[in-house]
Amino acid sequence: MASPAGLLEQAQAAVQAAGDLAALDAVRVRYLGRKGLITAELKGLGRLPVEERASAGREINRVKQAVIDGIATRRERLEAAKIQAELANRVDVTLPGRGQPVGALHPVSRTGRRIVDIFGAAGFGVRSGPEVEDDFHNFTALNIPENHPARAMHDTFYLDTGHVLRTHTSPVQIRAMRSEGAPIRIIVPGRVYRRDYDLTHTPMFTQVEGLAVDRGISFANLKSVLYEFVSSFFERDVELRFRPSYFPFTEPSAEVDIRSESGKWLEILGCGMVHPNVLRHVDVDPDEFTGYAFGMGVERLAMLRYGVGDLRRFFENDLRFIEQFR
Amino acid sequence: MRIDIEWLGEMLQRDLDPEQIAEQLTLGGLEVESVRLADTDTDTEGAPAVDGVILDFDITPNRGDCFSVLGIAREVSALNGARMEPMEVPQVPATVKDTFPVTLAAPEACPRFAGRVIRNIRPECHSPEWLRLRLERAGLRALHPVVDVTNYVMLELGQPLHGYDLHALSGGISVRFAEDGEALTLLDGSRVDLQSDVLVIADDSGAIGLAGIMGGQGTAVSESTRDVFLESAFFSPDSIAGRPRRFGLHTDASLRFERGVDPVHQGRAIERATELLLDIAGGEPGPLVEEVAAKELPQRKPVSLRLKRLNTMLGTGLEPGEVEAQLGLLHIAATREKSGWSVVPPDFRFDLEIEEDLVEEIGRMTGYDNIPVVAEQSPRHVGLATETVLSEERIADTLCSRGYSEVVTYGFVDRELADAVNPGADHVSLKNPLSQEMGVMRHSLWPGLLLAAQHNRSRQQPRVRLFEIGTQFVRGAGGVRESRVLAGLAIGAYQPEHWEGGARDVDFFDVKADVEAVLALAGRGGDIEFQPADHPALADGQSARLTLADDAVGWLGALHPRLQGRMGWKRPAILFAMQLDRSARARVPRYREYSKFPSLRRDIAAVVDDGVPAHRLLQCVRSAAGDALHDVTIFDIYRGKGIDSGRKSVALGLILQDRSRTLTDAEADRIVASTTRQLEHELKATIRE
Repeated sequence: MASPAGLLEQAQAAVQAAGDLAALDAVRVRYLGRKGLITAELKGLGRLPVEERASAGREINRVKQAVIDGIATRRERLEAAKIQAELANRVDVTLPGRGQPVGALHPVSRTGRRIVDIFGAAGFGVRSGPEVEDDFHNFTALNIPENHPARAMHDTFYLDTGHVLRTHTSPVQIRAMRSEGAPIRIIVPGRVYRRDYDLTHTPMFTQVEGLAVDRGISFANLKSVLYEFVSSFFERDVELRFRPSYFPFTEPSAEVDIRSESGKWLEILGCGMVHPNVLRHVDVDPDEFTGYAFGMGVERLAMLRYGVGDLRRFFENDLRFIEQFR
Repeated sequence: MRIDIEWLGEMLQRDLDPEQIAEQLTLGGLEVESVRLADTDTDTEGAPAVDGVILDFDITPNRGDCFSVLGIAREVSALNGARMEPMEVPQVPATVKDTFPVTLAAPEACPRFAGRVIRNIRPECHSPEWLRLRLERAGLRALHPVVDVTNYVMLELGQPLHGYDLHALSGGISVRFAEDGEALTLLDGSRVDLQSDVLVIADDSGAIGLAGIMGGQGTAVSESTRDVFLESAFFSPDSIAGRPRRFGLHTDASLRFERGVDPVHQGRAIERATELLLDIAGGEPGPLVEEVAAKELPQRKPVSLRLKRLNTMLGTGLEPGEVEAQLGLLHIAATREKSGWSVVPPDFRFDLEIEEDLVEEIGRMTGYDNIPVVAEQSPRHVGLATETVLSEERIADTLCSRGYSEVVTYGFVDRELADAVNPGADHVSLKNPLSQEMGVMRHSLWPGLLLAAQHNRSRQQPRVRLFEIGTQFVRGAGGVRESRVLAGLAIGAYQPEHWEGGARDVDFFDVKADVEAVLALAGRGGDIEFQPADHPALADGQSARLTLADDAVGWLGALHPRLQGRMGWKRPAILFAMQLDRSARARVPRYREYSKFPSLRRDIAAVVDDGVPAHRLLQCVRSAAGDALHDVTIFDIYRGKGIDSGRKSVALGLILQDRSRTLTDAEADRIVASTTRQLEHELKATIRE
């Protein structure tokens, strides 16, 4: 048999020669396994004379420990090399990812949500109503009697007798106040229809109606809520102007313009103090309660916010348009 | 309404700066839509072009008093703190005695009628250039001296006039309501059938004009007219309103009468017209004759205006003196009362009937921009954020993140396409659609989605994934039933082209996963069943009805080849639709402790008849395996070699887990054994080892 020193030299050479972890493990088995060479040496100690055993034992154990240490060191090195080798396998991180690209929310929805969120934070609850309305809710209850010239302001689509496609979301004021009474603060998004189709009109568009009826509500309050809304919506301080106007369901009435970045005045909404006849139609006492109402075109606001020049784009549903509003 | 600013300046006796006056009027409630230079090429006679500035007004329907230079001048004055006094119009003395008899047969509709005969005008005369120019700049064409003068006075004073050829009139004039069945040929040559609520001017021969709207052809002035009869009447707004719309005749006259003209100045308008006509075409005026039913003239009722109410509504702190001054500028008479005033509006204002109308007047005279901005002092209001209804926002966001883009299509669709999608549906149709393509209210969102997809595919976008959330309209008992619907469409590659290779076309199961994702949001994944069923818009054998407690709540399937061909598509489109009123009722999560013990998996390969739906296999496994079954999946379906034809091998993976202890292998084996027995018994399955 080899001398312990020879054995150690032989083992260390094998450890260094092991090129990977599997080879190293084979070396470990060959020297340190149950039938390994060093194990055999240890087992053979019993055959030595008693007085030699202790020193021979120490010698072999020293060899054994040295081989264990050598394997551990080698293992660390091989593992590090293996990780390095794995890391050498680089991916091209600039290649596109895999899977469904995200779709886009229609800008009318996106804008409508923001309007509702802003007023929601101010305590307005969301309500909705039917798109097919009866004459009473769309006109009469809103102080627009038969033959009133204001009916000509609304080019109306008619269904059967007594029914129309609602020309505004204002009928929901009537429905909400009838069922909930006053005080009330609501915001009503919805589709409305007018029989008009040209560069600046589409036969369907989206409106958001707002209504607040309470004790002591004033025109000054209306101005305040609209100032706050506009600066919140455009995320900047916007110059506003209120112009006297006419809506049968508000008195006084106003139209509101904003000063565009180019300095032009652009109309964005109509508003006013709820007409006492409207309050009477829903059994709210106009001497006890006053209120304001406003209505805005969602497409109009989206056009101003996102720089869309043509209203008709909103209804062509061209993905080259919609996908710009993810 | 358009007017030459120079005309307005003449009436106000001062020069006006166009931009400044436009802004002032706009902020005062008379919106000036545009300020523009007059086209000088309207000078037809070769006269030197005269520069002019035209103000184009958008006058609200309540301000009938502002459809004239006079009315606008009154506003300009008031807004500048000066009350405009009535315009002086000289009375023209009669040189002949001729008159023409007028009877007010409907005095409630026409309580005042001023008329005058003028003889021997020179019809060959033309209106002078200055008058022609003012008419043209107001958008009217100069035609005939009598017509021009009546138009001019209408623009100047707001009183529409009419000139008749005296010799075409027979007997006398009567202002009365038409008889049912009566007919009339108008100036423009059109013939109208009249109803008994239509006010007419009639002579002994019958109706000769639609009162306040348009005169008749037979009595109109012509090139040869020498003797004329001028009419200047007050027709009550109620007797005119709505009729122009009925006849489709929105004229300059009807516009003013519908909104209300000054009921006292008819005589003055005739005097003004006479003065102008004599200047232009000569003639001999008869006396001005005025028929009046004084009791029927509009009476301005006193309105109470309370200072406190005024300041509360506006949020202002106006003093009584300020209010009185503003009322004065507007010709509103005010008498002090305990808490404010009793006010009487002027005759020419038809829109000041209640206190709030006066609040608006004071508001606009104060200037809306001078009203303070005051935040509401409202009590705190805690809103409701429900979880029991799945919000449309969450649905939309989920579909967006699954690659769908949202569209908004019109509520009305083409009846033909609607019928192709839902044959035999009882559509809700429009009486006055804009076009055939927008003729009926949508019964389904699919027609709109198909057209939107077609729009994009014909514009080099082969891969289209769209959804819409909107209302659909179904005729039901008691009228139109509206429901909120989510619908979607996918066509083209399942995923965009990728560097690993092109993707296959989207199929039924891709879109089913999207539908299931939405249902899962509502916690309804397990409640809604997909049942094989045919839909006329979907391909047979590739469509499913979504049912909730036996009610149909939606559809999913491949577009029927007939419609696919109609769209011109060579690839299949997958569509879905869900009624949100039913399927979006969300379940609030109820937490159940999960099991802490390890699960075991056992696979079963069951060979069954091809016609056995997966749903039945899963149901069978669930009922047989009992509570220990945590989940079951189908991980392979195989047909072909080794399997009888007409049969399929379905590989089922059972995940077994107990809630209170670790299952042993023996227990798992027993569960699998009883499950396979049940499969064999119930579905004639053979189990592959």
